[in-house]
Amino acid sequence: MMRKITIVGIGHTVFGNLSDFDLVDIMSFASANALDDADIRKERKIIEQVFVSNMGGGMINHQAGIASSLVSRIDLEPAMAELVENGPASGSSALKCAFMAIASGMVDVVMVTGGELMRTVTGWKGTDFVASLLHPEVEYNYGLTLPAFAGMFTRMYMERYGLTERELAMVAVKDHENGARNPYAHVRIPCTLEAIHDGENAHVVNNYIAEPLRLYGMCPVSDGAATLILCALDSPKMKYFKKKEPILISGIGAATDTHCIHNRKDPLELKAVRLSAERAYEMAGLKPMDISFAELHDAFVILELVISEEVGFFERGKAKEAVESGATRIDGNLPINTSGGLKSKGHPLGATGVSQVFELVKQLRGEAEEGRQVKDPKHGMAVNFGGFGNNVVTTICSKE
Amino acid sequence: MIIDELEKKLRPPEMELPPYPPKVITLASGEKMVVREAKREETGVLLGTIHPLMGVPKDYYDIVAARMFSEILGWYRYRVANEFVIVGAIDGVIAGIVTSRCVDENIGMSLHTLTIKRGLRIGAQLFAAKMEHHLEYIGEKEVWIVAESPIGFKRWMIEYELESAEDRYPEIRHELGGVPTYVLTRELYDAVRDQKVTGTRPVDPQVLATADRLKVPEEYPQIPGFKREK
Repeated sequence: MMRKITIVGIGHTVFGNLSDFDLVDIMSFASANALDDADIRKERKIIEQVFVSNMGGGMINHQAGIASSLVSRIDLEPAMAELVENGPASGSSALKCAFMAIASGMVDVVMVTGGELMRTVTGWKGTDFVASLLHPEVEYNYGLTLPAFAGMFTRMYMERYGLTERELAMVAVKDHENGARNPYAHVRIPCTLEAIHDGENAHVVNNYIAEPLRLYGMCPVSDGAATLILCALDSPKMKYFKKKEPILISGIGAATDTHCIHNRKDPLELKAVRLSAERAYEMAGLKPMDISFAELHDAFVILELVISEEVGFFERGKAKEAVESGATRIDGNLPINTSGGLKSKGHPLGATGVSQVFELVKQLRGEAEEGRQVKDPKHGMAVNFGGFGNNVVTTICSKE
Repeated sequence: MIIDELEKKLRPPEMELPPYPPKVITLASGEKMVVREAKREETGVLLGTIHPLMGVPKDYYDIVAARMFSEILGWYRYRVANEFVIVGAIDGVIAGIVTSRCVDENIGMSLHTLTIKRGLRIGAQLFAAKMEHHLEYIGEKEVWIVAESPIGFKRWMIEYELESAEDRYPEIRHELGGVPTYVLTRELYDAVRDQKVTGTRPVDPQVLATADRLKVPEEYPQIPGFKREK
């Protein structure tokens, strides 16, 4: 029987423009924050393994050996340390590696720190660096970018399911409402439907970026870092983690799909999302209806809707009805993106997956800020979307 | 005030500029920002708003604030020709300021854009208002523009697809430090106007009244923990 693995410490930096610091600085801040949360600053050497998630350190920050650097910066030697890169899903992939390392019995205590520093380069370079995850010959070379893909994807979904720009704007309004209450969020500004869609100034205030996606249909470019500390429930080292309630990782699954979107039979079908969720549900022994709340990878607001359908929360094409009815708001039946999501909280690529699970832990512990706490949650789900859906990791956390 | 002969010689000749009609913009947050011309007697509150930012190097706030401070002081003391100042105010609190001046009836010289409240594209809206004043109300043919920060370069040079005037140097030379000059022509302005310029006129008198008395901001996102000395 697989070991039960828990999250015993969490840390986070604010997301936003942190370009006054270097990449390892911000990872250190989140890591130190997690050591304090777990109350093991003095006993930190019990951490045997560190997994670091990051996508662009080598490309945009001119930094390699990031995992070794972090271990040294926060005095964790001789812990083992490696970097995990899986595009925007690097964070959850690092968590999955940590999970496997503990499940195998090789180690008991692991730290996972994800971070990204993207504001040190121009927006063009940032967009170009993210686009480097596309196929180099048949996608990237034609000037395709992730926002361009999202625009086309949104258009196709609108034509097939009748989604409107107003409904997309409603997702943004809901996410910003949550993000405005999250002290770690990049854009802590609530927005109104009148201002970003209905009003006469909306076409300029919320201008097109990749039609039909507008400014408020996309995540900001953010710096930031987040950390999780994991321990096997059966480990004698659990004695160190008495301060906070341990949160169980009840299921984790991942799946891949074709690198090129045009090779998919139906580009609107995100198979890797569906499969990764099915694998996580199976491990956890849960069904979609058991999930109390979810963090879904809404780098573009359309993804919140489509992912919520792929993981089984809603029928295909019906997620917009849940948004309209308020079911996905904090006080709804199934709150989605309680942190503000990537849309409002921000999306420092390597940190995102870790940050999503940080939010699951906060909610399950009952530590979310006023107005943002889900009522009596039992199970939370995070979907971290790599590439344009070609490598996806789903994590389910539960109260032990 | 009696202007003596020497003072008369020190003052620049002035063109009579038409007024910029106020407008209101509903920002993404739902807040209403009144955009209107500042009055000379509001110099104190404008300078008080700008002053704290002169010590903020990040995003070039220091140089923009220092230069804008001197521009507004120059406007107040009659040492800059044909200058105008536009403010954006939310509930009377200054959220952003732009300065500009007319060289003659054909050429506008964009000076500075300073955003205090960030994340709502206030700078972009106020810059657009400045261009609107130059090209639609004053009726000039083009505006010369430079950027001191990467943010400004992206917002103006890239988003407005401005023409570089490098090959027309020194015929076209912005007066701010001789840095590369870009030109917003009427044609370029017309091409982007609908995506860049917005605002509702006339402004509801009650909303307009909120900006009757301008107030200095009590918070600056650029200066964490800022406390204004009383």
